[in-house]
Amino acid sequence: MGRKILFVTTDQQRYDALGCNGGIVARTPVIDGLAAKGHRYERAQPQSVVCMPSRSTIITGQHPSTHGVWMNGVALPADAPSVASVLHDNGYRTALIGKPHFEPFLDPFARFAENRFARDGLVGLHRGFEHFEAATHGAIGPLHYARWMAQHHPEAVSMFYPVLDMSLEVNAAGGGETGAPQVHDNAIPREWYHTDWVADRTISWLDSLDADDDWFCWMSFPDPHHPWDPPASEVGRVDWREVPLPAGYVADAGRREAILDSKPRHWRAWYDGSLVSNYEAPLAWVPATLTADQVREVNARNAVECELIDEALGRVIAAVQRRGWNDDVDVIFTTDHGELQGDFGLLFKGPYHVDGLMRIPLVWKPASSAGVTPSTVTRPVGLVNLAPTFCQIAGVDVPEWMEGAPLPSDDADAAARGFERVLTEWDSDLFGVDVHLRTITRDQWVCTTYQTGHSHDGTEGELYDLRDDPLQQVNRWDDPSLSALRSDLLVDLFDHQPAMHMPWRRVEAPV
Amino acid sequence: MTLGSIRHEIRIHRPAAIVWDLAGDAARLHEWFPGITSCQVDGTTRVIVLGSGIPMPEEILVVDNTQLRFQYRITAGVFVFHRGTIDVIDLGDDTCLVVYSTEADPRAMALTIGGGTAGALDELKRQMESSQYEGAR
Repeated sequence: MGRKILFVTTDQQRYDALGCNGGIVARTPVIDGLAAKGHRYERAQPQSVVCMPSRSTIITGQHPSTHGVWMNGVALPADAPSVASVLHDNGYRTALIGKPHFEPFLDPFARFAENRFARDGLVGLHRGFEHFEAATHGAIGPLHYARWMAQHHPEAVSMFYPVLDMSLEVNAAGGGETGAPQVHDNAIPREWYHTDWVADRTISWLDSLDADDDWFCWMSFPDPHHPWDPPASEVGRVDWREVPLPAGYVADAGRREAILDSKPRHWRAWYDGSLVSNYEAPLAWVPATLTADQVREVNARNAVECELIDEALGRVIAAVQRRGWNDDVDVIFTTDHGELQGDFGLLFKGPYHVDGLMRIPLVWKPASSAGVTPSTVTRPVGLVNLAPTFCQIAGVDVPEWMEGAPLPSDDADAAARGFERVLTEWDSDLFGVDVHLRTITRDQWVCTTYQTGHSHDGTEGELYDLRDDPLQQVNRWDDPSLSALRSDLLVDLFDHQPAMHMPWRRVEAPV
Repeated sequence: MTLGSIRHEIRIHRPAAIVWDLAGDAARLHEWFPGITSCQVDGTTRVIVLGSGIPMPEEILVVDNTQLRFQYRITAGVFVFHRGTIDVIDLGDDTCLVVYSTEADPRAMALTIGGGTAGALDELKRQMESSQYEGAR
C-alpha cells in the first residue's frame, strides 16, 4: 500500500487569499494547518493565467507551448498526456470531481467528452480518471452538477448569477450593495451550492474505495472565480464595509493612471474601456468606473467563497481520517491562476503578468508517514512541477514528456536541484486582437517581453523588482541602468521557453 | 451589435464536383458535421438537431450549383444575425478548396459555430479522401 494523494484546486484565487500567506479577510484555518505541517511555497506561479492552458499544464506537466492549449477555447486533445493515466496505469484509483475545463464549455454540438458524460449518464473513464464528475460556476449547462441541480433542486437553478449576458458575453451586470460587476445575492441554500457539492461527491467517492486502495483524487472547486455569488446565508461572515482596500489598489486616480501609462498600452486601453483583448472580462464593463467600495464588496464576497472552500476541505479531510488513511495521504492545495481583485483599479484577469494573477497559493502537506520537516520554500516553482510531484509521491518514474521536476521540499533542496526560474506565457487572438507575452521570474525580478500583436510592436516589456517594488508599480523595462540585467533575463527566458506546438491548435469556442 | 466573422478552409484531394455532391446537399449536413445528429429539409427550411439535443431552425438562402456555393442562416432567437457560407472552389488539378465561413451576432456564437465548422471540414476531408471516393470524377 502506497501514499494516497488528495489534490485540491480552486479557481482564480490569489496568493494572499489564505491566512498562512498573510491574508486578513478570509479565515482559512484548515489550509493554514496543512501549511504549518507541510511545505508552503511563497513564489509559486502558473504557466498561464487563464483556466484551460493552466489546467492543461497541471494534468500534462508541460508548459502551454508544449501541450498547445494556448488560450481558453482551445481544447486539450483527449489523448494528450495525463498524470492521471500514469497513476491509473500504476494501480491507483483515480477521480476528478469539480471543475475540469480541459475542453471548451460553450459546446452546443456536444463535441467534447467533458460535456457528454453527464448527458450520457457516465462518470468516466476520461483522461485517466476512472471517476469524473464535473461542475462549474453555476447550475446551467451539461455538467454533472447542473444535471443534479436540475433533477433535485430545479427551483434553485436560476438563483445563480448568469455568467453570460444575452449576447453571450461575460456578464457586466452589477449587484450587491455597491453594484460591483459579477456580485450577486444568491438565495441558494449552502448545502446545494457547488462548493459543498464538490466536497460531498468527493466524500462519496472516497467512501466507495477499499481501505487498501491507493488513490489520486483531484478535488476541483469552481470558486472563488467570479461570479461572486456565494449563498446569501453566508454573506454576513464578512462585512464589506470593514474590508481594507488591497495594497495593490491605488486610490488616487491620477497616480493609478500614471502607473497604468508606464505599462504597455493595452493596460490603459482596457482600463479606459477602449480595448477588451480577451474573453475573460466583461466586454461592457469599463474598469475606470470601479469604485473603492466595489473593490471592498468584491473582496468580501470572494473571502466568503474562500472560507466555504476551507470548510469543505475540512469535511473531506475528516472523512479521510474516518477511513483511517490520515498517515498515508498527501494533500496538495493550489489554484490555476490568480485574480486582479482591485489591483491597479482592475478586476478579473487578462494579459497582465503581475502578482495578482501570477503569484498563487501552493501548500503541500506530505503524508505523515513520509516524516518530512515543515518548510517555507521561497525559490520559484510552477504548476508544471505538480504532475512530477504526484509521480514521485506514488513511487512512479517521472515520464520524459513531463517538463518539470518534483517540487522541492525546502530551499536547500530547491537550490541543489536548480529551481532558479519559472516561466509564464500568454497568447490570445480574439476577433483579430492578438496579444503575446513571455515572462520569466528569477531572483527578485519579473521580466515580461511582448511579441508583435494588435497593440504591440514587439519592443514593449515590463521589468519589476519584486524586492523593492512588490506591487509592481514601477516598470523598469526602459531603465538604462538595468539594460544588462534585462538582456540576461531575456536570454535566460528564451533558453528555457519551449517552442510553440505546431501547428497552433484551433480555437473551438470563446471559453 | 457585436458581429463575429470566422473562416475555416481545407484543401481536399478530390474534384470539386464530387465534394460538392455532399457538401452542397442541405439534407446531408449531419453526415459530415460532427455534433449535428440529424437534419430535416422542407423547402427552404432546414432543422438540424445538435449533439446537446437542441433543435436549430435554419433558412436556406443560396444553393448555387454553378458557383458551388451554399448559404444559410440560423433563425433561432438567440441570434441577432447569422450567415453560414460553404464554398467549394475548384483548384483545377482534381483537388478543391472548401471554405466554411460563419458570421454571427452574438460574436461568441461565431467562434462556437466556427469551431464546429472546422471540425466538419476535417471530417469532410477524411470522408472524401477515403477509398470510397477513390477515382471518383
